[in-house]
Amino acid sequence: MAGATFKESNYALRKFKSDFMMTITVSATVITLIPLFLVLGYLLFKGATSLNWAFFTHMPAPVGEKGGGMANAIVGTLFVVGIACLIGVPIGIGAGLFLAEHRNHRFADAVRFSADVMMGVPSIVVGIFAYAVIVHPMGRFSTLAGSFALAIIMVPLVTRTTEEMIILVPHELREASLALGVPQWKTSLSVIVRTALSGIATGVILAIARIAGETAPLLFTAFGNHFWTTSLVQPIATLPVQVYTYAISPFPDWQRQAWAGALTLTGIVLALELGVRWVTAGQARTAR
Amino acid sequence: MAELGTSVAENVAVVGRESRRPRVVHVRLFGDRLFNLITLVLGSLILLLLLGFGIALLIDALPALRKFGPAFLISTDWDPVNDVYGALPFIWGTTVSSAIALILAVPLSLGVALCLSELAPDSLSRRLGFLVDLLAAIPSVVYGLWAIFVLGPWVRDYVEHFLGTYFGFLPIFAGPKVAVGMFSAGVVLAIMVIPYISSVCTDVFRVVPQTQREAAIALGATKWEMVRMAVLPYGLSGIIGAIILGLGRALGETIAVAMVIGNAPNISLSLFAPAATLASVIANEFAEATSDLYVSSLIALGLVLLGLGIVLNVVARLLVAAVARQRFDSGG
Repeated sequence: MAGATFKESNYALRKFKSDFMMTITVSATVITLIPLFLVLGYLLFKGATSLNWAFFTHMPAPVGEKGGGMANAIVGTLFVVGIACLIGVPIGIGAGLFLAEHRNHRFADAVRFSADVMMGVPSIVVGIFAYAVIVHPMGRFSTLAGSFALAIIMVPLVTRTTEEMIILVPHELREASLALGVPQWKTSLSVIVRTALSGIATGVILAIARIAGETAPLLFTAFGNHFWTTSLVQPIATLPVQVYTYAISPFPDWQRQAWAGALTLTGIVLALELGVRWVTAGQARTAR
Repeated sequence: MAELGTSVAENVAVVGRESRRPRVVHVRLFGDRLFNLITLVLGSLILLLLLGFGIALLIDALPALRKFGPAFLISTDWDPVNDVYGALPFIWGTTVSSAIALILAVPLSLGVALCLSELAPDSLSRRLGFLVDLLAAIPSVVYGLWAIFVLGPWVRDYVEHFLGTYFGFLPIFAGPKVAVGMFSAGVVLAIMVIPYISSVCTDVFRVVPQTQREAAIALGATKWEMVRMAVLPYGLSGIIGAIILGLGRALGETIAVAMVIGNAPNISLSLFAPAATLASVIANEFAEATSDLYVSSLIALGLVLLGLGIVLNVVARLLVAAVARQRFDSGG
């Protein structure tokens, strides 16, 4: 980077080149954001015109019949995601605690690395795994298999945020608790985890937002169902799979419902994401 | 277990011993040991799950691998009716659709990252970054739905029409223009991977030491010269890591691609033709696969996908970590 590189004489040209490149970066940002507004715009426009009360309260109508809704799929999604949380959250938090307590241990490094790698495993592969270990031995599609697949997607996300949040807890707090004679496990659970709780909850909610929109791993685990199910060992309808099926169907009525379903699904996911950000931003402001 | 106990556990033991209440110490240590054991088991579970992925898929893919051998990877036959399976059309589809996605997404992502880290003031940068992140939050099936009804037809009528008219002499832009095909899938994929690549790149650019920039400016560099000389080379391995992470996303993305790629197990030079990827064929055919060999072949495709995903992620994370370490070493 010799001084001679920058010649005073062609400054105007260099300045122009610089401004040109910077304009390009701004245009890139604008171009990137266009699809966001287009997708959200179409969702609102197409979804709102297809959305009605029956959509939330009625069962799917047979082909050719007008009306019908996705009530069972909406409840099914809540059910599958809820059970995924019951499986995934304790494992994720426990593993996060393990990573935070054994920061520099080689085995912890291996666990942290596998959690990171697991985040990059395509979700459809997780679906095949759930098929191989639950659907295939049981001989049928089930709520349990779907929840298991979603839980696996959830675990590494919860683990890593839990670890990050626990590391942020000041070490003095731990020392103070231990100095008072509180055992290590109790210190971890009732002092460290409680201090980090809002951060951990944030991570859990973001993980829920992630898995609520997952479709691929549910195609051959939860499968889908045109009726009510609350059984753990029966196929169950979920919103993403229902939207997928309706979207690729040739029936205009179903396609309209797909838009309504997509709007509902995106609404749920974005509400979770925005809610978390709004709350955490508020916390950051008060902390300052 | 003993060597995993932290120094904190040892402190408790020492404190306990000095307080001359050995029985209580014993109870405490039992609780700590149990707690450590539980977290150790839960932590190991992650490692075991990852191993489990590989083992379970390998076992279920074995019939197909045994029947077709290594030729499975290079055979172009995918014929469920005659129970003959080969992976090449899907490896081709995955490679080409990901390549289209990266060619479109990488320049845009770098532009976004530079705009956010070098140009925009902090408050604006945070807001724009948030909007870009929202792109990643929209469920895949919603992108697919939008692509079927809006993006696909638009790409066919305008982009493919333009490319076909002016560059139709190239075999990749020849052939009939369709709304559901490789090109539409590549465009959707690009939109979906941009937030991942740009957010990692933004982070990478932000760890470039400020002194580095100041040095370039002090030598009389313009803003762009500063970026080219001080920011980009410094973050190069991180940028490559981010691109590979994006590639990993593109390879594994399933539903949106399955909805717009057309699902034809063909190898066509034309980018406009319908195709299929490893992930999309699994999504489309798995629940309907009739013979055991069919299922096994689809799982073998999943195994290929898992292998690719793991390799790309390991490489990408090592590269991104290298940038962070570089910063640590230089004390910046």
